[in-house]
Amino acid sequence: MTDVVKRSPVKKVSTGIPSFDIIAKGGLPEGRTTLLSGTAGSGKTVFAVQFLAAGLLEADQHGVFVTFEESADDIRDNMRSFGWDLDEWERDGRLAMVDASPDPETEMVESGAFDLSALLARVEYAVKKVNAKRVSVDSLGAIFSQFSDQSIVRRELFRIAWALKRMGVTALLTAERTLDYGPIARFGVEEFIADNVMVLRNVLEEESRRRTIEILKFRGTDHQKGEFPVTIVPDLGLVVIPLSGIQLKQKSSNIRVSSGNPELDQMCGGGFFRDSVILVSGATGTGKTLTVTQFMKGAADMGERCLLLAFEESRDQLFRNATGWGVDFEKMESDGLLRVVCDYPEVATLEDWLLTIEGMIKEFKPQRVALDSLSAMERVGTIKAFREFVIGLTSFIKHQEITGLFTATTASLMGGSSITEGHISTLTDSIILLRYVEMFGEMQRGLTVLKMRGSTHDKGIHAFTIDEHGMHLGPRFRNVTGIMAGNPDYVSPLDLEREWTKYDSQLDARSDPNQERRTSGSDRRRSSL
Amino acid sequence: MPDHQRSDEQPQYLLTLFITGSSPRADLAIANLRHVCEGELCGEYDLEIVDVLEHPERAEEAKILATPTLIKRLPPPLRRVVGDLSDKDKLLVGLELHAARKAANKPTEK
Repeated sequence: MTDVVKRSPVKKVSTGIPSFDIIAKGGLPEGRTTLLSGTAGSGKTVFAVQFLAAGLLEADQHGVFVTFEESADDIRDNMRSFGWDLDEWERDGRLAMVDASPDPETEMVESGAFDLSALLARVEYAVKKVNAKRVSVDSLGAIFSQFSDQSIVRRELFRIAWALKRMGVTALLTAERTLDYGPIARFGVEEFIADNVMVLRNVLEEESRRRTIEILKFRGTDHQKGEFPVTIVPDLGLVVIPLSGIQLKQKSSNIRVSSGNPELDQMCGGGFFRDSVILVSGATGTGKTLTVTQFMKGAADMGERCLLLAFEESRDQLFRNATGWGVDFEKMESDGLLRVVCDYPEVATLEDWLLTIEGMIKEFKPQRVALDSLSAMERVGTIKAFREFVIGLTSFIKHQEITGLFTATTASLMGGSSITEGHISTLTDSIILLRYVEMFGEMQRGLTVLKMRGSTHDKGIHAFTIDEHGMHLGPRFRNVTGIMAGNPDYVSPLDLEREWTKYDSQLDARSDPNQERRTSGSDRRRSSL
Repeated sequence: MPDHQRSDEQPQYLLTLFITGSSPRADLAIANLRHVCEGELCGEYDLEIVDVLEHPERAEEAKILATPTLIKRLPPPLRRVVGDLSDKDKLLVGLELHAARKAANKPTEK
């Protein structure tokens, strides 16, 4: 090149696989050969066909599908469930199939030396016939089993790969491997044939199947490293769950929305941010579902739609509870402002849940989403899968510029933190803790805003009561310490006075410390701003 | 003579040989095949030679991967022999002449 060297000389083509292009930083390198290796059932053929379908449907690039394993008819039948009509594309002259699958009815004898020129001629013919820009070959290993002389097959595959490059097509070659973590491919040569290598995995982890994709190498071009979860769904095909891909690009909004509780809004410095994700953590019965219910009501009051994903309680229970707190879910639903989805988390994998939830959000277009509770989802998959689910859902919600509220259940009644919290606290923008506080032989409830990204908030721990109108925040627990740690301790008013005077005078010399203590959130905030 | 014995029930052989261009390997395959056909089939055969570079659609239709590939269409069953046909025994197996010749040769050879 005579010009200044460009930043990325390798162009890439879209694979049509949602989010794969993100981790591949654009798609598969154009005009090169990429090997996709995977164990049985890892989704290689789906990837191979999807790659061609994307070319046909999105980029007007015609394709050739070479099958060594399944017969062309089987492929045509199997791909129909994903909505890909290979027959139609073949009739249109946009796709050509090269059926190189073994014919079980014809006996074959080898006598002397041979080469695979006929196969190459067929591929070249097919590429010319439909003017193909993309070629998928599925799968290389199967051709080894058709001939006894493996050294010839090896040599010939190199020749075919070279010929594909010469034709200028972007080629995807699949290969099978016997282990999900082991040699890249069965015959040990496949990875040397291609410029780029990717691996699909289908691992059994703690009794659940986990599919991932990993890009091992892209010659001369960048890609994201590591394994990314993948799922296969009807109508869509393979879907990659992006983790780091989009996470930190969200816009940030200064618009506040009400939590549905004016006192809580005040503690949060005026409400939640519109595109933030809030985690509400507490032991059973501390008022998590109530917080969710109020959050839904807050939306309905503003004429906004909300989606409630309930994994712990039935629809009837939720509606009855809401009525008990003065919130009419029935009406919200009939007004088209609420959609409630109740299900056992176990009915699907976390990857599928993520896609299902994303689908519901896209379709219903709510301004708010609540998930009660994340801890229930935790049961479904491994810790890793769970973390990926939360990351995926959080980033998706933020991208839609909607408000998300998740709940997490803590194991112990007093204090402590949940496993859920540990995994996702850094991902959420705000954290609200609900705690039981034992005081003089009575259980009281306390609420504190632990974190509020991008805003000041009331740092106090407030007592609250629940009645038929919902939650009522009271004054802060002034004479108790150790609430969050789970062992509240009574402090004498004199000690307390001394402590508060010290801190408040440092915080804000202008305001009267006594005045400061009596008022809550909003005033404190105003004075410190 | 074996030739003589078999000629009574000798069916018409219909053969197709797929080759790639005019390469030494293709020439060798043709020579090997002709030698066997003349000897074993007494010329009672019909051989078509297809160059896959000129007629890739024929290769597609017959699902040919390797060249040279010999296809015995008649008499049934359909058989394929892959390679330059330098292994005569294998070629005879492919043409299903091996068993016949063995049976015919047995009394005379042993």
